[in-house]
Amino acid sequence: MASNHDHAHDHAHDHAGGHDSHAAHDHHHTPGFFTRWFFSTNHKDIGTLYLIFAIMAGVVGGALSVVMRMELQEPGIQIFHGLASMVYGFEGDAAIDGGKQMYNVFTTAHALIMIFFMVMPALIGGFANWMIPIMIGAPDMAFPRMNNISFWLIVPAFILLILSMFAQGPAGGYGVGGGWTMYPPLATSGTPGPAVDLAILALHVAGASSILGAINFITTIMNMRAPGMTLHKMPLFAWSVLITAFLLLLSLPVLAGGITMLLTDRNFGTSFFAPENGGDPILFQHLFWFFGHPEVYILILPGFGIISHIISTFSKKPVFGYLGMAYAMVAIGAVGFIVWAHHMYTVGLSLNTQRYFLFATMVIAVPTGVKIFSWIATMWGGSISFRTPMIWAIGFIFLFTVGGVTGVQLANAGLDRAMHDTYYVVAHFHYVLSLGAVFAIFAAWYYWFPKMTGYMYNETLGNLHFFIMFIGVNMVFFPQHFLGLAGMPRRYIDYPDAFAGWNYVSSVGSYISAFGVLVFFVCVIEAFMKKRVAGDNPWGVGADTLEWQLSSPPPTHQWEQLPRIK
Amino acid sequence: MADAHNRQHDYHIIDPSPWPFLASVGAFVMALGGVSYMRYLAGQPFELFGVNLANPWVFFIGLVLVLYTMFAWWADTIKEAHEGHHTRVVSLHLRYGMIMFIASEVMFFVAWFWAFFDASLFPGEAIQAARTTFTGGTWPPKGIEVLDPWHLPLYNTVILLLSGTTVTWAHHALLHGDRKGLINGLTLTVLLGVLFTFVQGYEYAHAPFAFKNSIYGATFFLATGFHGFHVLVGTIFLLVCLFRALKGDFTPKQHFGFEAAAWYWHFVDVVWLFLFFSIYIWGGWGAPIAHG
Repeated sequence: MASNHDHAHDHAHDHAGGHDSHAAHDHHHTPGFFTRWFFSTNHKDIGTLYLIFAIMAGVVGGALSVVMRMELQEPGIQIFHGLASMVYGFEGDAAIDGGKQMYNVFTTAHALIMIFFMVMPALIGGFANWMIPIMIGAPDMAFPRMNNISFWLIVPAFILLILSMFAQGPAGGYGVGGGWTMYPPLATSGTPGPAVDLAILALHVAGASSILGAINFITTIMNMRAPGMTLHKMPLFAWSVLITAFLLLLSLPVLAGGITMLLTDRNFGTSFFAPENGGDPILFQHLFWFFGHPEVYILILPGFGIISHIISTFSKKPVFGYLGMAYAMVAIGAVGFIVWAHHMYTVGLSLNTQRYFLFATMVIAVPTGVKIFSWIATMWGGSISFRTPMIWAIGFIFLFTVGGVTGVQLANAGLDRAMHDTYYVVAHFHYVLSLGAVFAIFAAWYYWFPKMTGYMYNETLGNLHFFIMFIGVNMVFFPQHFLGLAGMPRRYIDYPDAFAGWNYVSSVGSYISAFGVLVFFVCVIEAFMKKRVAGDNPWGVGADTLEWQLSSPPPTHQWEQLPRIK
Repeated sequence: MADAHNRQHDYHIIDPSPWPFLASVGAFVMALGGVSYMRYLAGQPFELFGVNLANPWVFFIGLVLVLYTMFAWWADTIKEAHEGHHTRVVSLHLRYGMIMFIASEVMFFVAWFWAFFDASLFPGEAIQAARTTFTGGTWPPKGIEVLDPWHLPLYNTVILLLSGTTVTWAHHALLHGDRKGLINGLTLTVLLGVLFTFVQGYEYAHAPFAFKNSIYGATFFLATGFHGFHVLVGTIFLLVCLFRALKGDFTPKQHFGFEAAAWYWHFVDVVWLFLFFSIYIWGGWGAPIAHG
């Protein structure tokens, strides 16, 4: 790789001027602002767009959740009747009913925004777009123009979803309140207004964006690895994105089919989910979760890849059991397709069906355990430096393990009789996603921020951000285990007084987390104001993937001479 | 831009392009217009911020925009191919892309077959009382007269299988530099595709069961309907290849546009075989046949 190293440094010298000059490199002309950011065919610019979009959507989705926690801080209805009269103009008792519906609209929109418009754009569209071509030694993605439509399609999808919150939903109410799963009959005859149609089309458009992105990533990773980089030498982040892309490619079209049936049942008189005409509402749940379960692995797998790199970098050791790590992800991805009905234990599946799904779900704990223990083994005996990305990564391992363990509990069909649709489930999936995937996103942010911008963030602020978030999110979600075990159901605006104590703690945790997000913004702004030059490789010898051989930020088109891997 | 100073690889670094952004604008207009259109058809209002958006025409504005950007985008791709940007590795990318696109299409049809088998294999489960009341516990549901699979459906099966051979004829002619054979083979394939669509349209118009308010109509019309839509897309794809062949495009060595169309056509063909065997033959087994 020596020749490539020199080459990268040539670029670094070309860019001594710093941040602004890299746009013009290699072009006959400097693309104007509009051309660069709206007509882009550059994976790094598109990745930046994705990251900015994910941050903005994350703020919207996060704000929705804080409002919900404000509502749940005490028993009784606190704020949503006021919000409903403010936003929709309801008065009197209608405001109470409108507020209840509005609360459910918030849970629905929070989920859809966080999944489709925050985590996926950040991990896949943002970090994978930025880093995969660089890490495998490719000059760009395989389909650079298609890359741009993947980004630009999520913008209209997001607008459609936001519009759905303001469109007529159920009789006398607004928006989609049926949850991100959109089960019929609540999403068909139960919500006759056009809000559901808008949400369905938002998912169609977001799905098209993701399928095109998946095709792009698979083609890029299969065909554009640098000479000598076999699949078994490929960085684990590339492995994770390759597997994620296959999950997207094969699961999203099934969702597209399912929600198309929802659309035709609603608007064209078909009866897929209408039992009185021979249809089957459970069919929708099968179609949805055949997509939905792979989807949760889509959200977490790229994080697995990122955490592997960070743990290895800051332990100054190669990752423990590289091949085991790669094939554990393959196993998780493959088994992820055959466990979907564990979301449906209570719908009346036959006992044998439940036994199968229980067993298959438990099996996933094995490759997941391989990953957890390999991360620990990577740190074991390593020379660990607790920089900001590393503490986020260690936080990830702890929180993801908690969420994984509650997942094993929920996998038991018998136990799930009691846990289903309680706050125990809410706590479980927020531990793996809100604390797992989101911690992976922040770990990746601090890890690659110097590479992407050329500037070093402030360690103290980064640490502060971590500890505030860590305390905050644990305060939000750990008590929800107790609430769930005590029987508090999810997706309700109100609860009996007996649940008041832990709900109060949970709400305070939410405000602390929101403050943590403010610290994050301060940290970003501080880094851009102080402009501390990060250098090509701020992390030292542990950072051995290809992106650290390039300048920070990298040239417009890297690897014009392909690196050679021995 | 491909002539960057010291570029030493065969990948295609593409210039900035307006089409992805414009296509997304089109997608937004089409989606919003789609809801407007559906509300208009239902005679219902579609109010957003106090404005009633129910109308039949916004959808078509979006559709035109999307179709135009598709045309312009692929025209650019063809232009780039003529300029020699489609090196061996870039051509391999396109192959991967098309294969995976077809794989995602296969999964889309999985959803429709899933709906069909959910209904046809389990028409009388004890816990699904309402469904059992409707179906009478049998498939097809009681009172449904089905189409004779050995009549028009068989005829259409033969048409599609034949079109699979004519497109292969065109491919072999292309590989041997026989442009006349290519054009003849493609023309026949397009004509057979159009014929299939007409027969399917005739069958729909004379179907003895309704589209609405029945799980039989829903699974039948949506599964075969989405297949029909794919036949239409495949026919247009082949028609574009025919025009390009008449213009002198495609060489025995480089003709991926044609190959992609042929792959797509075979995919459509295979989906039909599954529909024919499962919905028309197996799914209608033992039921009274309509004689129209």
